[in-house]
Amino acid sequence: MSERAAERSVLFVFGASFLAGIGLLVVYILGGQTQVEGILLMICLGGIGAGIVVWAHWLMPTRVHVEPRGSVATTAEDLERFRDALTEEAGFSRRKLLIGALLGAFGGLGAALAIPVLSLGPAPGKSLFETSWREGSQLAPPDGSPGQVADLPIGGVFTVFPFGDTSDPNSATLLIRVEPELLELDPEAAEWAPDGYIAYSKICTHAGCPVGLYRASQHTLICPCHQSEFDVLRGARPISGPAARPLPQLPIARRADGTFVALGDYPEPVGPAFWNMLW
Amino acid sequence: MGWLDGRTGIARVVRAALRKVFPDHWSFLLGEIALFCFVILLATGTFMTFFYVPSAEPVIYDGPYQPLRGQEVSAAFNSVMDLSFDVRAGLLMRQIHHWTALTFVAVVILHLCRVFFTGAFRRPRELNWLVGFGLLVLAIAEGFTGYSLPDDLLSGTGARIAYSALLSVPFIGPWLASLAFGGEFPTEAIIPRLFVLHVLFLPALVIGAITIHIVLLVIHKHTQYRGGVASEANVVGRYFWPGQVFLSTGLFFLTAAILALIGGLFQVNPIWLYGPFDASVVSSPAQPDWYVGWLDGALRIFPPFEPVILGITIPAVFLPGIVLPGILFTIVALWPFVEARITRDHREHHLLDDPWDHPVRLASGLAILTAFGVLTLAGGNDVLAFYFGTDVETLTVLFRWLSLILPIAVWLIAWQFARTRSRGGPDEPGHDVPLAGTSVRRGASGGFEEIEQ
Repeated sequence: MSERAAERSVLFVFGASFLAGIGLLVVYILGGQTQVEGILLMICLGGIGAGIVVWAHWLMPTRVHVEPRGSVATTAEDLERFRDALTEEAGFSRRKLLIGALLGAFGGLGAALAIPVLSLGPAPGKSLFETSWREGSQLAPPDGSPGQVADLPIGGVFTVFPFGDTSDPNSATLLIRVEPELLELDPEAAEWAPDGYIAYSKICTHAGCPVGLYRASQHTLICPCHQSEFDVLRGARPISGPAARPLPQLPIARRADGTFVALGDYPEPVGPAFWNMLW
Repeated sequence: MGWLDGRTGIARVVRAALRKVFPDHWSFLLGEIALFCFVILLATGTFMTFFYVPSAEPVIYDGPYQPLRGQEVSAAFNSVMDLSFDVRAGLLMRQIHHWTALTFVAVVILHLCRVFFTGAFRRPRELNWLVGFGLLVLAIAEGFTGYSLPDDLLSGTGARIAYSALLSVPFIGPWLASLAFGGEFPTEAIIPRLFVLHVLFLPALVIGAITIHIVLLVIHKHTQYRGGVASEANVVGRYFWPGQVFLSTGLFFLTAAILALIGGLFQVNPIWLYGPFDASVVSSPAQPDWYVGWLDGALRIFPPFEPVILGITIPAVFLPGIVLPGILFTIVALWPFVEARITRDHREHHLLDDPWDHPVRLASGLAILTAFGVLTLAGGNDVLAFYFGTDVETLTVLFRWLSLILPIAVWLIAWQFARTRSRGGPDEPGHDVPLAGTSVRRGASGGFEEIEQ
């Protein structure tokens, strides 16, 4: 590009940039519009950028220069001076006991200052082992009533909480209705599945996402986060994916009016594992 | 100028900088572009901090987006909705910010690859490699904390997974998770904490690390490719002023322009489609931002393994979620020291390598990239299964095998290829590369000049 052509193009893009800036002001005053703002901002910024690059590339001399590197490390002489400056008046070699005591004092201070970290959260305590389900808690949809889940169609699934208490999201439970003959549960677990209705924790035992997908034809629950699949007919044991533990089953009983009550809290912790969950 | 200099002595300092020489190669622009991305993130991010409300307090959404009207959402979600629909240029800022964040991590990784494959991490730059690696980790952390701020359903699910990963650490897991989140998941405390991390703590660390990164670069001077009069004892290129300053500034504006266009035209993170976070609900498919995809992929394809050793449970997410990233990151971080040991090369290097001249390094770098690549693809195993008309289980098994076999295969192929290509590179003892065509003369003033021969 000749120098004149380069100059003219730089002026052109700077001019376009200026106009785009004014344009942005106008669009803004008129109420704004994201796509137009984006395009105008591109012209405004890009005009400046293009102009500067053309200027540097075509209107400035491009000479190659050579600079010696020198050494990164300090010269031996200067290192000596550095060491002398550090040690001359300090005399630390005679104060080893004091230095040790000072370090000990800093250690104590450090421990004291670190303690407030524990204020960041409560001791885990029993919270990981419990949900808000109790003996007698009625199963009901959040903001709903127990009657709404008293008569599910076969293949139906509902998210339920203890009626009147949605305060603990980890209590989220799936109430599923299947044909009773299809269930293959241990005798104790079978008692907790009246009339083909069975309740499992909705919190995935892998990483804690809600197990929100139900493949009714296969009677499996699928977690969308990492694709763990749980067999509803066989105690929600994992049959595919990275989950290693079945979804805990909530012990429930059916009342005369068709509604469901829990017989107690989950017999094991819900959700992802932690080191002492078997204790 | 005289007024200012009389009070600061600035001309003296700046004069030395004006004539510093910078070598010229397109691959050297990657680090700069990463820096520019960070500046744009700061600018757009600062704008947004005036509108974002870092609180999980429930409010009723009352804005122009009809499908969510009347719904209970958190104040944070509500504020991001307002920013997107009611604040002029709000959505533009949000989208530029998010696209730039995605670009930022990508460019940092490209820059890391350039430094790695050309051997620029060797003495004296091992420290700078560590700082740079720290910056990559900080960038990913910034991204994660940032996209979790709107408290939408998708990012909240990601927060739950992070909580479970913390929880999985033996002995200290439940405490770590409780201290980080302020209790058992879900908590209201996590939103303001992520906010403080994202806008105060992490940016401070990033700015500090960038400063150290650039100071070291000034002390070491930039590396350069072989050719012409370039040698281990010089730097050949253009002066800092005006050439380098103009070109870098121009590049900044061009980078910003492209990101502005993308941010204006292309939707990203449409939280109104995800809805507010609710711990008992989830959306499908559920993928994190791309730079966390490898971690999600590892969680997906790792076989179900939750052993109990002496009564102590090792949770299923511990190995893929904590140990694996730890191992991969450690390998990458310590590579300069490992390579120096293996090659027994502790000399200073300022000339860059041709990647083919170091078969083990080339192969190892490509293998690690392959591993991350397979894991990233595995993070979309449900989406890929849908598009290829297969089932997730089959694809997952395939990915398990690929994650082991492909990196090894790539290593062997790249190593063999490089060995047959390389004729024994310049760093091998006894090999000298003749400099082509030019020579250097020392002028009367003491500086060096090149003369065409």
